[in-house]
Order: sequence, then C-alpha cells, then structure tokens
Amino acid sequence: MMINIPPASILILGALIIPFLKGKVRSFYMVILPLLTLFYLFSLSEGTYWTVKILNYELIFGRIDKLSLAFGYIFAIVTFIGVIYSLHVKDTLHLMSAFIYAGAALGAVFAGDFITLFIFWEIMAFAAAYIIWSAKTKKAISAGMRYLMVHIFGGLLLISGIIIHYYETGSLHFNYIGLNGLSTWLIFLGFGINAAFPVLHAWLPDAYPESTETGTVFLSAFTTKTAVYVLARGFPGTELLIYIGALMTAFPIFYAVIENNLRRVLSYSLINQVGFMVTGIGIGTQLSLNGTVAHAFCHILYKALLFMSMGAVLYRTGKINATDLGGLYKSMPLTTVFCIVGAASISGVPLTSGFVSKSLIVSAAGEGGMLLIWIALLFASAGVFHHSGIKIPFFAFFSHDSGIRTQEAPKHMLIAMGLAAFLCIGIGIMPGPLYSILPYPVDYEPYTSAHVIDQTQLLAFSALAFTLLMLSGIYPPEIRSVNLDADWFYRKGAKAFMWLLNNPGAKLMAKINNFIFEKVISFLVWFTKNPVFAIKIAKDTLLLAFSIPEKRDEIKKRLKDEKESYPGDHSMPTPIGTVVLWATIFLTICLIIFYFAL
Amino acid sequence: MKKEKVHFFDRPGSLKKVLRVFFIFLVILFIVDPFIHKHPFFNFDGYPSFYGSFGLVACVFLVLAAKYILRPIVMRREDYYDD
Repeated sequence: MMINIPPASILILGALIIPFLKGKVRSFYMVILPLLTLFYLFSLSEGTYWTVKILNYELIFGRIDKLSLAFGYIFAIVTFIGVIYSLHVKDTLHLMSAFIYAGAALGAVFAGDFITLFIFWEIMAFAAAYIIWSAKTKKAISAGMRYLMVHIFGGLLLISGIIIHYYETGSLHFNYIGLNGLSTWLIFLGFGINAAFPVLHAWLPDAYPESTETGTVFLSAFTTKTAVYVLARGFPGTELLIYIGALMTAFPIFYAVIENNLRRVLSYSLINQVGFMVTGIGIGTQLSLNGTVAHAFCHILYKALLFMSMGAVLYRTGKINATDLGGLYKSMPLTTVFCIVGAASISGVPLTSGFVSKSLIVSAAGEGGMLLIWIALLFASAGVFHHSGIKIPFFAFFSHDSGIRTQEAPKHMLIAMGLAAFLCIGIGIMPGPLYSILPYPVDYEPYTSAHVIDQTQLLAFSALAFTLLMLSGIYPPEIRSVNLDADWFYRKGAKAFMWLLNNPGAKLMAKINNFIFEKVISFLVWFTKNPVFAIKIAKDTLLLAFSIPEKRDEIKKRLKDEKESYPGDHSMPTPIGTVVLWATIFLTICLIIFYFAL
Repeated sequence: MKKEKVHFFDRPGSLKKVLRVFFIFLVILFIVDPFIHKHPFFNFDGYPSFYGSFGLVACVFLVLAAKYILRPIVMRREDYYDD
C-alpha cells in the first residue's frame, strides 16, 4: 500500500471530517486515524519526500530519517492513546483541535525546511491555545490567551531568525545550525520558548493545568517534545544547552514540592524531564543523543499516563488540589495502580521505561567527566521521585481520607491508561525495540547489577527521606495558594503597564494634546492675523530682555501699546504677497527634503 | 445503607506493617551494596551506599529548601491574580 501523502495530513485533513460523524462511527473513525498514521510511518523508508516548489523556495514536507521517525512513531502512539482516553468528549471543536495539534506536531517533525517548520509551528500554537480554551472556565480562557501571546512572541523570534538566516546563507534547509550570530540566537530562543527554557518556561505550569482532563494529555506530549526534536536537529553539542538543561532539571522540583494543584506538580516535573533531554542534546555524543530520543519517547508515555490518571480523578471528583483529595484508592483502585506505574516510570524504577532511558543521559554526563552536571542530574533524579513518584499518588490516592467516594474511571479511560502502563513496563523489561529505533547504534546495557542497586538505593533512600519528614511533621503541609513564577513579570507587568498608561501616561498625553492642538494653534491664529506686526512684538520682547535699564521703561510702554493695538492695521500691502511668501517657504522646504532624501 | 468495606490502610497496624517491610528492604539494600562490583564515573561514587546517602541528603535538602526558602518568597493568596 503506498498512499503518497505527508504523514501529517492524515490527522489534519482527517480532523475536518469529525464534525460530520456521530456516535460509534465517530469513535471508530477517531481511533483509526492515529493507527493509520502509525502504520503509514512504519511503511516509510528514509529519504526526502514531498517537496513543493513555490516561487524560488522549496518546501520539504517529508525529511524521513531515524531522528524524525522516532519522534513520529511516539507522536502517533500517544495520539492513539489520547484519543481512546477522549472518547467521552462531546465537544467537536475540542477533538478537532487535538487532532490538528497532533498532526501539526508530526508536520513540524518531518519538515525539512524552515518555512514548513514555521507553518506547522504556528498551527500548533493556535491549536494548543484552543485545547486550553476548551475547558471554558475563566481561568482557562485567560491562561490560553497568555499561552498564545507567549507562543506568538516565540514564533516572531523564530521567523525573524529564519529570515536573517536566509539572507546570510541563502538556504532555507533546516539542518545543523549551531550558535553563531544573531540569526541563530533568534532561532535558538524561538525553540527555547517551546522547550520551556528557565525563565521562558512559565507558560507551561500556567496553562497546562487549566485545560480539560483530556486536553492536558495532548498538550503534555507535543509542544515541548517538538522543541526537543528541533534542538536535537539544529543544536546538538551546543555547550550552553548542558547548563540550561541541568538548570531545568533542578529548579522546577522545588516548586513541585510546595505546589498544591497536582496537575501543576506534573507540569513542573515535565520541565524537569525535558531538562534531561536538553542536557543530552548539549552533551552531543552518540550516547547522549540516543538518550535524549529514548527519554523523549518514554517520557511522552509516562507523562501522558500520569496526566490521564490525574485527569480521571478530576473527571470523577471535580477536584485536583492535594488539599481536597486523599483516600481515593478505595474507589479508584485501577486508576491508582496505573498512576503508580506512571510514577515509577518517571522516577526510573528498574523494570520501567524511565530506568532504561534516563540512564543513557546520566551515563553520558558521567562518561564526559562533567562532575557538577552529573550531580545536578542525580539530584534531579532523586527529586523527581520525591514529587512525581511519591507526592502525586500519595496525596491523590492515599494520605488522609478526604471522604470522597466515587466510581472507578470510565472504561475507555482505563483502556487508555492500561495501554500506556503496559508500554511503560514493556519498554522497561525489553528495551531492545526502543534502542533499535534510536538515531545511533546503541552499545549500552541498563541492567547491570551495579546500576540496578545504585538506582534502587537512590530511590529507596529518597523515599526514606519522605517517610521521615512526613512522620516527623516537617514535610510542608499542602496549602491553597498561588506560587509566583516567571509569569509574574508579564501578568503583573501587564497590569503595571496598563496603570502607567491610564494614569501618568494619560495625563502626559492630555498635556501634549493641549499644547499641540490648543496653544500652538491659537498662537498660529494670532500670528497669522498680522505676521509683520507680530514679529515686531517679538523683536521688542527680545529687546526688552537685553536692553539697558534706562531704556527699559520706554520699551515696556511701547510693547504694551503694540499688544493692545494688535492686530492693528494690516500692513501687508497685497494679499498676493503673503501667498507668494508662503509658497516660497513651502517650496524651499520641499527642496531641502528632496535634496537630503534622494 | 451498605456498610463500607474496611480498606487496607483503615485497619489498625497496616501502616506499621508497610513501614516495617520498607525498613527491612532498606537494610537489605545497605548490606548488599558493598558486595556489588561498581563502575564509578568519578571515584567517590564507587563508595558503598553512595547513591543511598546522596538520595537521602538530597531529598531532605530539597524539602527544607522548598519549605523554608522558596515558599516564603513565592507563596501568595489563592486569589492573588484574580481581579
């Protein structure tokens, strides 16, 4: 079977038919689309396909190689899982935006040139904003708006970088870029906003927890991982990325410890996990780049699984804050088990997917002799277990009994979570198939006795720390609160800016208006009544200022008479003379302007 | 009304049992560790139970720093951003 279309089009064009279908047909159709995409990707061989020539530009819709295929596979798989999870959703536009979003992510990953990449990049931003808005709450609407503004800003950085890059190199092909000069920095920052670089990250924990229970599952998979892909394509081995990545692994976990909204905790840990991938790109060895791709693959699955389990809790109870939850293992036992599988995978417990992917990156840092980076990654590994591995399942399903009695998640949600959990454990037990789709040959054995015992110790004693702090009452209690993050600068900054515009700004504008439209105009009216006489008054005023004291009284008197008698007799002998005078002045000005302008 | 089944953690002594198993597991890890042949990247990471001690210290530091440094700086009322 060879259907000759770009892979992205199955989901994007397929989405357009969703509104015309109903009930079981629609469910069947939606589940088939991502499966079709996945099998289509399996059938593709490496190479460059679907190039379209527009004017002098060549758009490349299909650059198929191992790097893009690995991301393509996992995007199709998570779309399949996410769609099953969303089968209860009635909102057609919500479903369409999810399909278009996933399709655009595939388009971006297979794009071989900057223009194609940019187009899909922007489609993703708008589709994601719509997914956030689908929650239809006031908070979601404003968070979606902020999301869109941040990503449009990122898109502007990207397109400016692309345009300058084109003029510098004459090429729009998207290959290795590397950091040198303005254009590459602009592209780097454009990518960096989507990858949630520190300080540029605040859109993520701001917006993701506000979407619907299904929307966040899609959101968690595509935007940051597409950014990881383009960074791996354009900036492998860029040293700066090592430090950015290490910082990303470390700082969000402090926020995750004190955050009350459990989906926001997961959003912070998402940044932490992307930090590992970014570090891997920065190290730039075959081992670390393999690690980045493997970790992106596994991360998408267990992060989706965690967001699905929290989504099921939100769907059934309407609550997501740790302060409101607890004891749900009694009514949602299967969801509890799936959540624990996701939590174990993100923590890198042996026999789960995180164990076989994260260790590639940590080993690459260790083998490169990067002591501080290695310690930061180890700290982040312990920390992620602490907040995602323990905190999420503990506060939602155990902890004190909140008294909430509800039902198990709906069947389709359980199937979706079960699939993701199966893959998390499957990859952990049998990493071979995952390793075989990585961009470089893998010569790495995760299951050595030393690695297993080291990782188990790291996790078990982190759990001991949690247990001791909990039992002694030192562990910070969950508090309903807002924790300030970098978005403070634009959320409060925008308010301060509006205040400045409305208060001092408005007063200043009123003064400027008054000056230009009243004072200047009335002076001109006064002046043109009798210019010659007016100039005479001006001359006498000047004279008064510089004259000797004896003459001053005389001039004062004369000035007073002149002002009283103004405009006096029109001393212009002929009006034609005035017109000629003004015309001459006007033409002179034109002459001067054109002389300098041309 | 149907009486709710008594769940695992509601039974007296359950938590103690879980904790006991957990502590025994920790002790086993601690005892086994020195007999495993390690491949350290640096030199200190080959010491017995380096990973365990690191995990314990790191997490205590993480929680204390989050509680006593980060929280006082960034925590605001829940309606802080509302108009």
